[in-house]
This record gives sequence, structure tokens and C-alpha cells, in this order.
Amino acid sequence: MLLRPALDRFNPVYVTTNARLAARDRVGDIRVLPDANRDQLLKGFRCFFAAFKLIMKEKPDIVLSTGALPGLFCVIIAKMAGARTIWVDSIANSDAPSLSGRIARPFSSLWVTQWEHLARSDNARYFGALL
Amino acid sequence: MILLTVGTQLPFDRLVRIVDEIAPTLGEPVTAQIGCGKYIPANMEWRRVIDPVEFEDLMDRVTLVISHAGIGTIVTAQRHSKPLILFARSAQLSEHRNDHQLATVNALAQQQGIRVASTVEELEMLLREPVTKVTRMEITARRQSLCDAVADFIQDSIEGRS
Repeated sequence: MLLRPALDRFNPVYVTTNARLAARDRVGDIRVLPDANRDQLLKGFRCFFAAFKLIMKEKPDIVLSTGALPGLFCVIIAKMAGARTIWVDSIANSDAPSLSGRIARPFSSLWVTQWEHLARSDNARYFGALL
Repeated sequence: MILLTVGTQLPFDRLVRIVDEIAPTLGEPVTAQIGCGKYIPANMEWRRVIDPVEFEDLMDRVTLVISHAGIGTIVTAQRHSKPLILFARSAQLSEHRNDHQLATVNALAQQQGIRVASTVEELEMLLREPVTKVTRMEITARRQSLCDAVADFIQDSIEGRS
């Protein structure tokens, strides 16, 4: 949500796994995906298919995600469907890119780290950090 | 009021227990969000999950936040200009998959209003120190530049397509 100043002018659709978070941040136009993490295989499948349906329905030109697994699904599916994709890797990992971030890299048109020391000139760009 | 939160994803009984044991001596009531932990606090008002909208209201009223190293909590505390004590989960004690929280906490520790405890003794010491006032934080230059870069990329992508 700290990225909102960059996004709101483009009238984005926000996707969350917790509609109450959207209520807290007073975001109106949202879609909800079931939550998933790498420890829960069944939930992962459910989330993946929900993400697939969502991307096919919304047909976004651009998908931006900050992770984790539900966001990764959206980025992979959107990239395959021809969208441009942006991955902003979580600031929670200062020693290495997040696992979902590493998987997202080949599916990202722009891949951004929030730690200067993790930047690589070719495919991990650093512009700043949200915190 | 003091707010303790360990997030909602993983249990963190060690932190909940430490704060529960010290709570009667803090001179202020403590409210805790304990997630899926097994330890039930005896000296604090507690709930497993606090609704995000209510969490936001609570945050407005607290004098101090004690938390695991969750980014969501750090962001919320900063938005409300609240002092924060962070105590990271330890992978060695099977509290997390890895110690990424420790590294992140240490990197963020220099920021205004954030103090970090890595042992029980340090946590108790910080809890007894007077709370420092946090002034309202402006949007940092590095947040602005990340937002600008993202917005520029989106703008270029849209123009490239039309």
C-alpha cells in the first residue's frame, strides 16, 4: 500500500488475500484471492486457479506484485498471457532475494530489490525502498 | 496502553510469555495479538487475531508497540508515529524458516523510533527505559524514488503499447 502514490493515477485493480486490509486502507476496487504459502499444497492449488481466473478475466496490461506466493502466481500467469510485470521484492529479506522473488525473476519485465547491496546491473534494479 | 503483536501467520510463544511475565510491572495495560500460539497470557488482555480496521484504531491509542519483526507492523507503527520494540523470531529455536528477520531488523534498527532486542535481558531493559517520542515521519526520499521509478515504468509501458 506504500506504493499507492505510484499506482493510483493508473486506476489499478488491487488484489489482496484479506479484504479487511483493503477496508483499513480504504481501497474500494479490490479482488480477493485465497491465501497460500509454500507449506500448504492444496491451498496453493486453489490460489493458483483463482489467480488464473482473475488474470484471464481482468486481462491486465501490467501486473505489479510485492509477493509472496499469491502475487507470484499472478505475475507468472500474467507474463504468460502477455502482460508486462513488475516485481518489487520484499524488504523483509536483506541478505538475499526472497524465494518467491527469485522464482519471479524470469517472469518479471522489471525486477526491483529494496536493498542497494542486492542490486545487480542486469536484472535486479535498485531505486529506493518503501521503509 | 502497550500493544504486543506477533503477527497472525506463525506462533511466537516465547515473546508472548516474556511480555506476559513482565506485564504486571509495566505500569500500563498490555493488549496482545497472539496469533496461533499455544501460550495463553495471564496478565494481558489478548486475542488471537485483531481485525485490521480495529488494529488501526488500537494503534492510535497505544504508547508503545512490542512486535516480532513483521514488516506490516513496522509500517503501521511508523504511520502512527509510535515507538516500536522489535524482537525477531529465531530459526534456531524453530520459530521461523530462516533468520531473515534478524538481518532485516538489524538493518532497520537505525530508523527513528525503532529499538531492537535480541535477548530476553535486552527486551526487559528496553521495556523499562522511558519511551522516546517519535515525530511524524515524512515520506522518505528513497520511498519517493522507488514510487517514481515504478510509475515511470508503468507510464512507459502504457505509451509503448498505444
